[in-house]
Amino acid sequence: MSTIKLRAKESKGVVTVKAIIKHPMETGQRKNKKTGEKIPAHFIQQVIGKANGEEVITVNWGPAVSKNPYLTFGYIGAKGDTVELAWEDNQGNKDSLKSEVK
Amino acid sequence: MNRRNFLKNSLMTAATITTFAGLMIKPKRLYAAWPKASFDITELNASINSVYGHNNLDESSEVKLKAPDIAENGAIVPLNVKTKLKNVESIMIFVENNPQPLSSGYNLSSKSVPTVGTRIKMGKTSTVMAAVKSDGKIYTASKEVKVTIGGCGG
Repeated sequence: MSTIKLRAKESKGVVTVKAIIKHPMETGQRKNKKTGEKIPAHFIQQVIGKANGEEVITVNWGPAVSKNPYLTFGYIGAKGDTVELAWEDNQGNKDSLKSEVK
Repeated sequence: MNRRNFLKNSLMTAATITTFAGLMIKPKRLYAAWPKASFDITELNASINSVYGHNNLDESSEVKLKAPDIAENGAIVPLNVKTKLKNVESIMIFVENNPQPLSSGYNLSSKSVPTVGTRIKMGKTSTVMAAVKSDGKIYTASKEVKVTIGGCGG
C-alpha cells in the first residue's frame, strides 16, 4: 500500500490537493527512553507535486514537520488532470502516487 | 622502494581517493535542491538571511497566516498560509523558538495558487512567521502560538 493518501478536487478552476503521507518524521533529537540513545533523524526532505507531468510545487521540509505529515496546496487546473505527488526522505526512501482530479 | 612499486602504489592511492570523493559527493547530489544549510541554522535572523540573502522583510496584511492561539499538543500544530499577492515564488515558515527556525519551504510555479497548509512541531511557545516572496520582495505575517506540551525532544 502506498504511503500517500491523496485527494484532488476542482472548484472554480482551482484544484485543491490534500495529502497525508505516512512517515515517522524523526527529528534526530529524541532519545530512546530505554537505552538513552538518540533516535537517528528520519524525515521527508522533499515533496514534489506535478499536474499532468508539469511541476507545480516543490516542498522542502525540515525535521520540524509533524509525524505523518499533511500537505495542502492549490493550482490552476481542471477536472480529469493527473496529479502526482512524490516524496524522498533523508535516508533515500521514496514513494509516489498518481490520482485523478475530481 | 623501487620504481615499479612506487608507480603501483601511487596509482592505487589515486584510485582510492577518486572512489572516496565519489562517495562523498553522491549524497550531496541527491539532495542538491534541499537547502541543508538553511535548515541547520539555529538562529532566526541568520536563517532568514540564508534563505533570501538579506533580512528586508515587510509585514503585510496581504499575507494571512492561520494558526491556533493555543496548541495543546506541540507535536501537531496546523498552519495555513494564504495570500492575494501576485507572482508568488515561494512561501517559507519560520518558528522563532524551534531548534532550527526554518520549518518548511514551498517553491511555487506560475500555475500554483498561493495557498499552502501543513502541520508542524513546536518545542515551546513561539512566534510563527510566514514569509511570502512576491515580485522579489518578502512579505510576512506573524502570530504567537502558545504551546502547552512541546513536540520536540521527549
